Amino acid sequence: MTRQHTDREYEAELQRVRDYLLPMAGLVESMIADGARAFLRLDRELAEATTKADQKVNQLEVDTDELCLLILAKRQPLASDLRFITTAMKMVTDLERIGDLAVNIAQRALALDRAPNPQTADVIDGMTKAVLSMLREALAAFVAHDTGRARAIWDLDDAVDGHYRELCDHAQELMQSDPCAVERGVHIQAVAKFLERIGDHATNLGELVVFMVEGQDVRHRGKLDDHRRQKRDTGA
Amino acid sequence: MAAPQAVRRTSRNVSKISVTSLSAWFGQAQVLRSLDMSIEERQVTAIIGPSGCGKSTFIRCINRMHELVPSAAVSGSVLLDGQDVYDRAVDPVLLRRRVGMVFQKPNPFPTMTVRENVLAGLVLTRKLRRRARADEVIERALSQAALWDEVKDRLDAPGGGLSGGQQQRLCIARALAVEPDVLLMDEPCSALDPIATARIEDLLHSLRDHYTIVIVTHNMSQATRVSDKTGFFLGGDLVEYAETNQLFTSPEDSRTEDYITGKFG
Repeated sequence: MTRQHTDREYEAELQRVRDYLLPMAGLVESMIADGARAFLRLDRELAEATTKADQKVNQLEVDTDELCLLILAKRQPLASDLRFITTAMKMVTDLERIGDLAVNIAQRALALDRAPNPQTADVIDGMTKAVLSMLREALAAFVAHDTGRARAIWDLDDAVDGHYRELCDHAQELMQSDPCAVERGVHIQAVAKFLERIGDHATNLGELVVFMVEGQDVRHRGKLDDHRRQKRDTGA
Repeated sequence: MAAPQAVRRTSRNVSKISVTSLSAWFGQAQVLRSLDMSIEERQVTAIIGPSGCGKSTFIRCINRMHELVPSAAVSGSVLLDGQDVYDRAVDPVLLRRRVGMVFQKPNPFPTMTVRENVLAGLVLTRKLRRRARADEVIERALSQAALWDEVKDRLDAPGGGLSGGQQQRLCIARALAVEPDVLLMDEPCSALDPIATARIEDLLHSLRDHYTIVIVTHNMSQATRVSDKTGFFLGGDLVEYAETNQLFTSPEDSRTEDYITGKFG
């Protein structure tokens, strides 16, 4: 069992941060599903409800940041507590951005003249499920402090990228085959991009969990090593 | 018989102070348990740990103040620039000139003036011969202690009349006046307000270029701000000793983690 802080008020403050984060994550998860459903079914009501839900996400972001700032000022947290607080502050930023992207998807539903064809809808549905799965895994990893699950998210992102390319092909084919469908094709492409970005944010969440648990910064894996190697080789 | 000497200065050693198998006792009670620790030159090393863990005893072993307590005993070695400070040839008084100490509570000599306080160490060790040199030492030591501007016009006022923070910096100036290599500080800010504490911390940043500093502190934020390396003591053992940034963000030992996050006890 994880040891508790001697100061119970401090323990309660950290718990409050978790109590803000998890419902916020649950909310953006619903928003992604609703936004995609609204787009696939041209459901205006659901699209507007998704847009409205974002206000609550924004409020949770502000509340979490405020609480974290207060904890930093009052407690000067160290070690795992410090990593937890800094992780929480970054997680809310990613979650808030995911909420915005879900709203973007929902708003495309309002602009669409006709629902996507069944093949395209299947890919959007599959991609939505894939990013939702990434997000759920990131949150499960966060709750369980499970870095194995957090690292596995990076592989899931490859599948999302595959869906993205497939959707772009669908949109391109649609636009080439029917000049009247150009606008629809653009919306499909945009939704593909929004979902792909959600996948990137879910990947960020997984990386943050690794940092929170292990204290290891795994962001920009490979790229920074390449950059350092390049600098060393060129003597820059 | 050879005359007592201070530890010789050498430049061979990477570490300024090298402690091996150091144990210390008060009577039957063992307060340090075979510690090994290497303190690097011109760095600030913080010692943290709960009350009674042996932090103060550890630094008092470095300048042989521990042995001044009746019933105190020490074993193991403490090398300063490669020479054992417990060698019979080492004069503890001369050693303490090279290894100065600042205590928790500011302790200027209350009836002495600011000037006399700064010079006290030199007078006691009979190292002061000329008035001109005295003035030079006073200005240098008080400037190094970031106190000169505040007291230059009242050098002949009693040291006890200064504020708490000024008194502590006066004590630091007194320690610096004898030109030590090492400065041991035992919770030097625990009796000071935040402004006075900030002044001392700022001072530590400038002193680290010239001195090897070991600071015992209960204030972990202070340890993160001022030190390069930190050692966590527990029950007379050195549990973890690492770069300060590392120890306070990702400690390796769960006992360190529990202590610095307040899950201790």
